[in-house]
Amino acid sequence: MKARKIVLTSGKGGVGKTTATVNIGAALAKRGHRVILVDTDIGLRNLDLVLGLEKRIVFDLVEVVEGRCQVRQALIKDKRFESLAILPAAQTRNKDAITEDQMARLMDELATMADYVLIDCPAGIEGGFRNAVAGADEAIVVTTPEVSAIRDADRVIGKLAERSIPMRLIVNRIRPDMVRSGDMLSIDDVCEILSIELLGIIPDDEEIIDTTNRGEPLVLGDYRLRSIYEKIVRRLEGDLIPFTNLDAPGFFGRLIGALKAG
Amino acid sequence: MTLNDVLTRLNSLFGHQKSGATAKERLRLVLMSDHLSLAPDMIEAMKRDLVEVVSRYVEVDRDKIEVRFEHQDSVFAMLANVPIISVNRTPAPPTGTPRRRRRRRRTAEQNGQAPQSTINPAPAT
Amino acid sequence: MLPLRQPFDVAQSPAAVPVNLGRAIVITSGKGGVGKTTTTANLGTALAKRGANVALVDADVGLRNLDILLGLESRVRYHLLDVLEEKAELDDALVRDKHCPNLYLLAAAQAREKDEVDTESMRELIEELRERFEYVLIDCPAGIEMGFTNAVVGAQEAIVVCTPEVSAVRDVDRVVGLLGNAFAPKLIINRVRPHLVRKGKMLSVEDVNSILRLPLLGVIADEPEVIVSTNKGEPIALRTDSQTAKAYHSIAARIAGEDVAAPMVEYKETFMDKLGSLLGGRR
Repeated sequence: MKARKIVLTSGKGGVGKTTATVNIGAALAKRGHRVILVDTDIGLRNLDLVLGLEKRIVFDLVEVVEGRCQVRQALIKDKRFESLAILPAAQTRNKDAITEDQMARLMDELATMADYVLIDCPAGIEGGFRNAVAGADEAIVVTTPEVSAIRDADRVIGKLAERSIPMRLIVNRIRPDMVRSGDMLSIDDVCEILSIELLGIIPDDEEIIDTTNRGEPLVLGDYRLRSIYEKIVRRLEGDLIPFTNLDAPGFFGRLIGALKAG
Repeated sequence: MTLNDVLTRLNSLFGHQKSGATAKERLRLVLMSDHLSLAPDMIEAMKRDLVEVVSRYVEVDRDKIEVRFEHQDSVFAMLANVPIISVNRTPAPPTGTPRRRRRRRRTAEQNGQAPQSTINPAPAT
Repeated sequence: MLPLRQPFDVAQSPAAVPVNLGRAIVITSGKGGVGKTTTTANLGTALAKRGANVALVDADVGLRNLDILLGLESRVRYHLLDVLEEKAELDDALVRDKHCPNLYLLAAAQAREKDEVDTESMRELIEELRERFEYVLIDCPAGIEMGFTNAVVGAQEAIVVCTPEVSAVRDVDRVVGLLGNAFAPKLIINRVRPHLVRKGKMLSVEDVNSILRLPLLGVIADEPEVIVSTNKGEPIALRTDSQTAKAYHSIAARIAGEDVAAPMVEYKETFMDKLGSLLGGRR
């Protein structure tokens, strides 16, 4: 059975695509799936760094496509998991180095070796985006509840819709205190504007900074955000998991709409 | 109307609209503008249809028609400038709809027959 | 805990140019989401508040956002590509800021792509802007592809924006390598959270700069008020009561050549082994 090939994209940079790719991938692997993460940000690779595997890179995506090595030689297994591997991007090349066809064929090859192939897309909607999307059957759009991120997500959603790629939304870095005080767009606002199915709501949490600095996926420790990612993964698998209530029930909670996460 | 809507209106009345509500409104408008700029075909089709409708009522100078979209602070509007050459006396019907005529019964004289009473229809021949 | 004195170079005076040509500065980073556009909007505002004539150019064709950060999204009639393709005059495309009369925006196109920008035309356009404005700040898109190339052409100076995160530092390192010596890049470290630095959970300014080794223009703390100002489309540099605004103003002063004392930031020095590997990607 072939893998699901899912691209994580956003348009805007810095909203948490790579962090989400790593943490969703790790959570899937923890549940026993075979997972391959692919970094398509040629020239500005970071997936390796966020997973703490940067010292083990020998070959990269471009070298595989150019036939200079086998796929298996380029894949780096994360020893903390049964079946999690990454295919790193090239650092000293640019995004012209591979074509959409080559990407599509490579992703198909990876799909014979795993249950999930998660493709980390670079910022933007040009060549890097087109390459990343060429190899995918589904998309996860990542945004934050900020004006420019949502505008860019809208653009990306348009591009994905043109290609008829089914997509779901993760809203990252929501700050319930700011939503409550009216200083931040709410999840409902974001969903109303973007109108695609919600996959996950991730609150802003400082533990992300530390874990990404150290290259440690959240599922490996006792982190607050761990359960959020576990729920996202269950939803990806097809379960209907309700979103966690971030608020204790209270007057405003009931009145305006309970703030949810998860 | 939800409580949120009421609160938003009250807030803006007093000039204290919360920034989250401001952001939502601004996004709504800017995305409208973005979507329109991404759909030039649709805009062209809209212009053509608009000209066709207006032309039923007035004769227009098709070469000098301008249609544009304007994005003011809280409103997104389509503005059309349509120079009129002359005004038709009787508006032409919308294309595709047959002209509705009042049916007039032809009198017997028009038919070349003797007037007939409706009570005693002509005997069948 | 050591109070860290920030050694910094006073902004270099511009290379010898004819007196009537302004300074074109590109604001770049490699990594997206670190605050390039916010910095462009706020530095532009701060410089304009000092009395300079400033033009802001959004080079992020296809994903424009400088307009919305300035609250000018409803006033854009023509954009960069309209001007480059001579479909509109520069004067018609330049949008005057709502708050600062000597601040102007040249917005990016939204429905086009970065590859459609002709590099030479872009260079000429920046030249033309330099003839009319004391400062031309160019907001560079994320990445190092065509968008980056077109944003950089025409600039003589660069400001690189970095956050204290490993991937951001790595990307800045790569960008600085690509820029070479010609742009005399200077660094702004954005979104610092001093309490996390104190706990050793975030890279310190010292950590970041020990890798990048660039003259430091300023350090800006991560504040929720920036989100509020983005929501409203009112750059935070317009306010007088905000620490973030003050940081931008002192950076503007340094850019203008003033010898401004750097803010004293207290935190614990930390050394992280992982950082040594980041130097590998530069050349």
